[in-house]
Amino acid sequence: MSTITLASKRRRSGLAAKRGKRALRTVAFMSPWLIGFAVFFAYPLVSTVYFSFMHYDGFKPPAFSGAKNWTYVFKDYPYFWPAMRNTLWLVVVMVSLRVVFGLGVGLLITKIKTGTGVFRTLFYLPYLAPPVAATMSFAFLLNPGTGPVDSILEKVGIPAPGWFNDPNWSKPALTLLALWGIGDLMVIFMAALLDVPTEQYEAAELDGASAWQRFRYVTLPNISPIVMFAVVTGVIQAMQCYTQPLIAGKVASGVIQGAGTQFEPGYPERSTLTLPQLVYNLGFQRFDYGSACVVALVLFALSMVFTAFLMRRRGGLDLAGD
Amino acid sequence: MPGMSRKAALALAASASMALLATACTGQSNAGASDDASKETTINFWHAWSAPNEVKAVKSLIDGFEKAHPTIHVDVVGNMTDDKINQALRTGGDKAPDVISSFTTNNVGKFCSSGALVDLNPFFKKADIDPAKTFPKPMNQYTQFDGDRCTVPLLGDAYGLYYNKTAFKKAGIAGPPKTWSEFEADARKLTIPQGDSYKQLGFMPDYHGWETTTEHYFAQFSPTYFDASGKSDLAKDPAFTAGFQLQKRLVDELGGYQKLEKYRATLGDEWGPKHPFHTGQVAMQLDGEWRLGMALAAKPNFDIGVAPLPVPDDQAGQYGKGYITGTIAGIAATSKKQNAAWEFVKYISTDTDAVVDFSDNLHNVPSTLAALKSPKLKYDPRFKTFLDIAQNPYSTTTPASINGGVYLATIQQFGYDYESGKVKDLTAGLEKTAQQIDTDIAQAK
Repeated sequence: MSTITLASKRRRSGLAAKRGKRALRTVAFMSPWLIGFAVFFAYPLVSTVYFSFMHYDGFKPPAFSGAKNWTYVFKDYPYFWPAMRNTLWLVVVMVSLRVVFGLGVGLLITKIKTGTGVFRTLFYLPYLAPPVAATMSFAFLLNPGTGPVDSILEKVGIPAPGWFNDPNWSKPALTLLALWGIGDLMVIFMAALLDVPTEQYEAAELDGASAWQRFRYVTLPNISPIVMFAVVTGVIQAMQCYTQPLIAGKVASGVIQGAGTQFEPGYPERSTLTLPQLVYNLGFQRFDYGSACVVALVLFALSMVFTAFLMRRRGGLDLAGD
Repeated sequence: MPGMSRKAALALAASASMALLATACTGQSNAGASDDASKETTINFWHAWSAPNEVKAVKSLIDGFEKAHPTIHVDVVGNMTDDKINQALRTGGDKAPDVISSFTTNNVGKFCSSGALVDLNPFFKKADIDPAKTFPKPMNQYTQFDGDRCTVPLLGDAYGLYYNKTAFKKAGIAGPPKTWSEFEADARKLTIPQGDSYKQLGFMPDYHGWETTTEHYFAQFSPTYFDASGKSDLAKDPAFTAGFQLQKRLVDELGGYQKLEKYRATLGDEWGPKHPFHTGQVAMQLDGEWRLGMALAAKPNFDIGVAPLPVPDDQAGQYGKGYITGTIAGIAATSKKQNAAWEFVKYISTDTDAVVDFSDNLHNVPSTLAALKSPKLKYDPRFKTFLDIAQNPYSTTTPASINGGVYLATIQQFGYDYESGKVKDLTAGLEKTAQQIDTDIAQAK
């Protein structure tokens, strides 16, 4: 009896040691990721939460200020809610249109017989344009006074919009710019569309499915993981939208450079303000790190909510990928 | 579970960059000035000038300093923005600047209250220089905050009126307007419509018209921005109401906000040769002294006239005043060579010949009383207008505030809403804006 217990004990302790070793080995293999996670994700996140409760200007030591930064951002900072509304607008409208347009272009290019290369290049090239240059070109093209787009519209009798100079048109103008640079999505969608097994289309055709039915019941289910990917990355991109609205606002308001001249954030009428612009404004221009952290955390929470919502709706990337 | 971890990773990846963006570095100030300025040393000087003639002017200034102080060498980094300077002041280190200069006085309050730049009062005292007797009053005012003199003026800017003499003659106007009502009448006379736009606009009153900012207009009304307790005086001082009303009237009389904004979008940029004043698209321009050199370089086909900006009709006796601002310089709190840095700052800001030379090379207003009167000052006779504005006892500037120029940006923002017609009730709007300024200041404390 006792020998058996002893043997089993020894066996068990041997197993535990083995298991411990294995765990150690696993951790050792994971350590590059763990270190990266701790340094680049966990630490910044924890310090962002910490600084959001601090009064900190970057020079003097941080001092605890309770919920002051939070009430300031939500209640008293006049740019927060306009920026929030604009960001949500971009997330909903710009992302939907980008996905629909990207899929449409991808579909068209996979369907056409000749000149595919030319069209592919034509649609992909704008994506390579640096955001600042692309935005400045759009501000030039859409200039309500001198831009060719409005001149043509006026010639054919269509009332020309003010685009980046009109608060009602500035976000649609930004969306146009985003649609122009659709190249990345187009390539991804094309790859997915070409991956759809042709026999499924043949079977559907034999069953007498119309073009729409073939798209709805064959194409869409096959490419849904890619649509999901496009939506999730699009949402994240839209939430981080910074360069284009900033440059568009600066160019359209006439303040490209110059120290004496004031720049109206979100010109015109705060319509191009986005949350990342506020993080920069509060943190690096106003020296108010605490409030900047609050806005950063709002962005974090928003991205969590959107991602969770999308994953739930679609059953997650894994499910979609299976 | 793998789905979960991927979800978490995805969400974290999305937020990490933002979190990183908002995480601060911790630069601490070191007020110890124990270096020996007589020993061989090199200091870093960061400035914002970038045009070739400006860079040359800075080089000549440095050459003069190094000749006078052979043991101190200056490493220069140009074309710096305030944002970059702010970062460097926080971080410190060998490559960080010992001396900085910035184009905007708006940040002085932030620089002083945060301790990013050292208080120069003890240095001035030691050198037996009285800033109040050295610099013109507005310049002396905008270089300090709450008794902390963390910056010095390094050349100044004065704002006045540029006018197209040829267009004036054609319109039968004898000379530059001296009161705002004369100005309004002239602006209307000088406006020549073309279709639904303009062949020539008398004046571009929009706040987006570059230098036509609230503070530049309002200086002509001599406003008080803050009361004795530090609260915003925006809703109480009638100067602001008068300033806002004047600008709105100009906008309405000259074509309305939409039409003017559309015309503005067609104009060349502020710093280019196609500036609408150079091309004759606007007949009058509120601008700083630098415009004269730029306008002459563009070789316009008309005579350029320069005058002080008009004043309210009931203040006609104060005609000649204007808004004063300028470049500032200071010593980084992180600098370990503050005594050497002080020698440099003292030279560039108080040595009369150095200031005069620098001013001659850059076509800016000299920033010391002695340099303003120096016979060595070379200038176009029209430039004298700006020298006079800088010395005019009624000229004003905008005070430094703990959160920098936030209060100015808030007033400007209200200006946009008022000129575009988004806000109709001026009194209520001013009260709300004043409250906002007070809240922002409380947040910064």
